[in-house]
Amino acid sequence: MGKARGRIRGETRTSIGARRAVLGQIARYLLVGLGALAMLFPFGWAVITSITPSDAVLAVPPDFTPEGASLDAYGKLLETLPFWRIVLNSAWIGAASTMLQLITSAMAAYAFARLPFPGRGALFAVYLTTLMMPLPVLVVPLFIEMRTFGLVDTYFALLAPTIASAFGVFLLRQAINQVPREFDEAAVLDGAGHFRIFLYVVLPLIRPALATFAIFGFMASWNSYLWPLIIIKSPEFMTLPLGLATLHGQFTTQWDVVMAGSVISVVPILILYVFAQKHVIASVAQSGLK
Amino acid sequence: MTLTAAPPEERVTHQRARPRKGWRYAGTVAVFLLPSLVPLTLYTIIPMLGSLWTSLHEWDLITEMRWVGLGNYIELIGDPGTRAAFLHTLSFIAGYLPLVYAGGLGLALLLNRAPRSTGSGRSLLRGIYFLPVITSWVVVALMWKWLLNPASGIVNWALGLFGISGPGWWTDPAWAMPSVILASAWKDLGFVMIILLAGLQAIPREYQEAAMVDGATAWRRFRHITLPLLSPSTFFVVVISLINGFQVFDQVKIMTNGGPGGATQVVVSQIYDLTFRYGRAGAASALSWLLFAVVLIVTIIQIRGQKRWVTYG
Repeated sequence: MGKARGRIRGETRTSIGARRAVLGQIARYLLVGLGALAMLFPFGWAVITSITPSDAVLAVPPDFTPEGASLDAYGKLLETLPFWRIVLNSAWIGAASTMLQLITSAMAAYAFARLPFPGRGALFAVYLTTLMMPLPVLVVPLFIEMRTFGLVDTYFALLAPTIASAFGVFLLRQAINQVPREFDEAAVLDGAGHFRIFLYVVLPLIRPALATFAIFGFMASWNSYLWPLIIIKSPEFMTLPLGLATLHGQFTTQWDVVMAGSVISVVPILILYVFAQKHVIASVAQSGLK
Repeated sequence: MTLTAAPPEERVTHQRARPRKGWRYAGTVAVFLLPSLVPLTLYTIIPMLGSLWTSLHEWDLITEMRWVGLGNYIELIGDPGTRAAFLHTLSFIAGYLPLVYAGGLGLALLLNRAPRSTGSGRSLLRGIYFLPVITSWVVVALMWKWLLNPASGIVNWALGLFGISGPGWWTDPAWAMPSVILASAWKDLGFVMIILLAGLQAIPREYQEAAMVDGATAWRRFRHITLPLLSPSTFFVVVISLINGFQVFDQVKIMTNGGPGGATQVVVSQIYDLTFRYGRAGAASALSWLLFAVVLIVTIIQIRGQKRWVTYG
């Protein structure tokens, strides 16, 4: 249907002024293409810098096809920090935090949407209040709390604040509210209890919302910097953003090593992105349409 | 995300028809609720209250807390450091928001008008523009710090080709904030573009076509049809950007660490430094609540004010 409409539009335009339309189209593509180049260039330059020999990195003019290109910087990187472990940390913590948030939020959302109990409205208001809290308000007392229980510099401390998500409860409650109650009632007639309705009726029907939330959750965990910066000291518990920042602190002028680290940390998310691109973009686009 | 579904309380459901087996039902509610409520209480609600409590004390994180009442708040409000931090944060927003909105809108308009026959090309372009959005802040900040390196950075080299002697970027107090703004706008451009593109595509074509038949120029169509109908998406972008803008930290920490000479010390870096550099957890907590108050007020003003310029439908 979209295609047919496009054809009709194309025809009206040619009839108005073919030449102007073509010129306009070229200018448009040129602008969009230049913009795309500006988006890609920093990544490309990071790759080139990372394979430039150390002594040539700071040279002016810059060399786009560095002579004696090598992977030395990557070697240096792995000597300095347990970088593979840091990549793995980021990956499993991102996956674990996403899974935990999905489970806890979907269950709570079901309670808020389908299980009436006294004080439910007030409790939901509490959830909404925490949603508005900026992270900086929470990090200092959270740090103190973790210190009190001897949890500084542990995986648990990294994961703890991401187990529950008020945002997730809010988002998924909206989705569950849109599931027709007749479906639940039909399941009840078949003898299903709340757990079975939740698992076999509600969850499959809110799959798109779950996917959206999973994408946001994973991205938030993968990119999180402030909390790891405060709670993690040892390299073996670091996640990528913190590992990279630490690397930058140690190699302030060795940009080949810093860019090697950046390249390594972009690759995994890039691979995921290539597969999920359509869904990621659709989710974000949807979030703006209320 | 529509709120059309009727509130569940008002609907008679099987739960009312069937006798609730008191404790069993309570148990079911608990099982569904507690996995979320317990961690939320431990890691969000308690820290929230803890922060409020700490803000009423002088505390270096080591020795005993000392009650100072509203002392921290009074001191912060009169403190030039606080004022500077808020001012720097505002100047970040003032640079970042127009740049990212204008850029995102321009791109969205360009991509929206591309004919649909190039659908795959457009989806590739969208993918490319969105790439920085999924990249972590630390990576973006590092890449831009390197691009904007005053002596060996490629940006200053390219400017040199045109005979322009590039500035000191993040090493120059006057250019440090613009450097942070540039990197931030580059990262978020794709996000704003996707939101606005979705908004543009929700505008019925008939409106544009009717105006075209009436002989409206492209500019007038943009000004009187596209912009007003895009206002809900614009509103969303502005609200989100302001909430995030007030909390700007990662890119500042990496690119300038608040410097040079405090030129980019924003509110969150001030909170961080007060706690971990100056050992003043109480003042830091008080500042974080001031930040929360400002964000809350700004958001409320926007929601109240939206009637004046946001058109739905």
